[in-house]
Amino acid sequence: MTDSALPMTVADSATSAPRKLVLDKKRVRSRYAAERRFRAYGIAAIAFGLFFLAWLFVTLILQGYGALQQSKMRLDVTLDAATVAPGGQVDDNALRTADYTALLRTALRTTLGVGSDRGERRDAYALLSNGADTELRNRVLADPSLIGKTVSVWVSAAADVDTLIKGQISRDLPENQRRLNDRQIAWTDKLVADGRLEKRFNTALFVNGASSDPEQAGMGVAIIGSLYMMLVVLLTALPVGVAAAVYLEEFAPRNRWTDLIEVNINNLAAVPSIVFGLLGLAIFLNFFGMPRSAPVVGGLVLALMTLPVVIIATRASIKAVPPSIREAALGVGASKMQVITHHVVPLALPGILTGTIIGMARALGETAPLLLIGMVAFVVATPATPFDPATALPVQIYMWAGASERAFVERTSAAILILLVFLIVMNAAAVVLRRRFERRW
Amino acid sequence: MLVRTLTAGTFTALVAVMAAGVAQARDQIQIAGSSTVLPFANIAAEQFGKTFSGKFKTPIVESGGSSAGLKNFCGGIGEKTIDIANSSRKIRPNEIEECKKNGVAEIQEIRIGYDGIVFASSTKGGTFVLEPKHVYLAVAAQVPVKGALAPNPYTNWKQIDAKLPDQPIQLFIPGEKHGTREVFEEKVLEAGCHDFPEIKALTDAKAKANACKAVRKDGLSVDIDGDYTETLARIQRTPTAIGVFGLSFYEQNKDKIKVATVSGIEPTIDTIASGKYPVSRPLYFYVKKAHLSVIPGLKEYVEFFLSDKIVGDEGMATDKGLIPMPTPERTKMRADFGKGALVN
Repeated sequence: MTDSALPMTVADSATSAPRKLVLDKKRVRSRYAAERRFRAYGIAAIAFGLFFLAWLFVTLILQGYGALQQSKMRLDVTLDAATVAPGGQVDDNALRTADYTALLRTALRTTLGVGSDRGERRDAYALLSNGADTELRNRVLADPSLIGKTVSVWVSAAADVDTLIKGQISRDLPENQRRLNDRQIAWTDKLVADGRLEKRFNTALFVNGASSDPEQAGMGVAIIGSLYMMLVVLLTALPVGVAAAVYLEEFAPRNRWTDLIEVNINNLAAVPSIVFGLLGLAIFLNFFGMPRSAPVVGGLVLALMTLPVVIIATRASIKAVPPSIREAALGVGASKMQVITHHVVPLALPGILTGTIIGMARALGETAPLLLIGMVAFVVATPATPFDPATALPVQIYMWAGASERAFVERTSAAILILLVFLIVMNAAAVVLRRRFERRW
Repeated sequence: MLVRTLTAGTFTALVAVMAAGVAQARDQIQIAGSSTVLPFANIAAEQFGKTFSGKFKTPIVESGGSSAGLKNFCGGIGEKTIDIANSSRKIRPNEIEECKKNGVAEIQEIRIGYDGIVFASSTKGGTFVLEPKHVYLAVAAQVPVKGALAPNPYTNWKQIDAKLPDQPIQLFIPGEKHGTREVFEEKVLEAGCHDFPEIKALTDAKAKANACKAVRKDGLSVDIDGDYTETLARIQRTPTAIGVFGLSFYEQNKDKIKVATVSGIEPTIDTIASGKYPVSRPLYFYVKKAHLSVIPGLKEYVEFFLSDKIVGDEGMATDKGLIPMPTPERTKMRADFGKGALVN
């Protein structure tokens, strides 16, 4: 309100009493102070946001970087032909079903010098991952000529060993509060000293599917599931959204019906995502009978969710194309269709793509609509097509966050980092597209 | 041109998607339900996939809760519906009705073992030697005071029993939507309240149940609707608090929490399996009999789950914290499944 009292701005009001043209110093000072305060509020708001962002990143990275490495054990396994391929049969089935666990356990016993005491053996076997046999099996399947030889293999150690080596469980605790007893810790130390136990890059984290054993669990299925879903979203939401927006913007008459449609599209953009999950369950699963847990259904549900965003973004960028372009094209004899396909849509494309990518980035982080269509699930096998069961990145984070094993804590953070990398890549793509293709008039 | 190609492309894609969805036959077992059973179902599914590698696909196990799983299960039969519902409680009569109405007439019930429910507190706090009545007196909204029910006056464990540590009362109990809450009410609160003469004096069964189960709302007992991870985080923030956990969760986090004895018994796999430790419940899954002959591997999966490799005394689910059934019970369960015994 102080603004209106300023001598310079009231110069036009002839009726008011004449005022001093000399500036009131006190007043000027208070106005500058007010402006400085106003700026400080803005800086404080940004600092507040940045502080929490930095906090998030620092804690995630500190907690999650450990998951990039996994403790592996080097064992000299004798691939005894009688166990791996009984009767000299080297067919796929025999190689698949052979008892690799027994071979690994024998190798471990020899390395540690474990006797025949059952308790001692059980303790020793607990150092080895439950999935180590699969790792050895894959090695043999890839190269059957190894049979009969003694090979040195790196296999995963159990998650308890891993957390001990990473220092996530203190060794100073009383024995009954630890997952590993004194004997097991002594063995672990011996293996480390012999160079048989070390941290190596955790490929499983990026390749494997779900597993009950943290050391074998990975984001592979979730990454592929999310990629399939994004593909489906792109292939459905973009063309449908663009078609709807072009019609509404270029052809539709302005009347009560189109107003109603417009209001509804804007409302749909704000509908909670779980509602789209219910819709997906009713339409895609119950009515069309599509498979449960399939990324194609998840993608369609997310496409429905993204559609209003695409329509709104497309309409805005079509509106931003200057009328002179349309008129010039019509003036040289182009048809309405040519005006749209040759001029309006190509010029609006950067805006359309930016809107779509941002909508997809939001869809990538959704779990609620996926719950009802069965994608919040434990899926081991990598999906070959979008019709095979899969999970999604945020779902995997949610499931790991609830797991009881300590080793899942760092994996949860690592999974969040992977999701963030995806989001950053998508948003960066949106920025690049805009920078590169945007035209200003 | 762009618009035309894109639209045409979309329609073709959509039609293809619908057609494929309808035409595809399912060769993979689908399971949904309880999050308590989930870790055990996960390990069974994973090992099943490994053992029958190349023959059957690894089953898909969805999480979401017992009630949601059973609702889904009772939605009908056929490829589009799930084959198995995991449940941390017995199927209710109204759910069986619902199932029958939708054509799921034949349901087989499989008990896989037991789940122990433990009270645990931070390793930094005092040690608790609990009786059900202590928990009742600490948690209930109204407790017997001098011959009548009065709003809960207790704020310190010491006031309840001199043997308990001198610590303010703070409990984190499972929220209403959890199956664990039911067991907590039945095996702890009800067991704890029945001996008081003031409760015995109540003739109306409903009033009696209410007096036992109604929980105080003054903040000393907090309902946790999330999972055990949340309870653990709360306990680390408040080292004087007690939380309710599953035995397996406690065993994985022994360095942070210690367990309280109930009626003098420490919860271990042995004391729970023998029934000495009072707070436990059976875990189930339900199978559609009609699916057994249709979905490849379903019968083998159930048999595999009931094998000693998974639910035996040294089975893999037992390693993850499932309390195994005694051998005769296990043998009977397998026989019942073989005979095709139904829930009625």
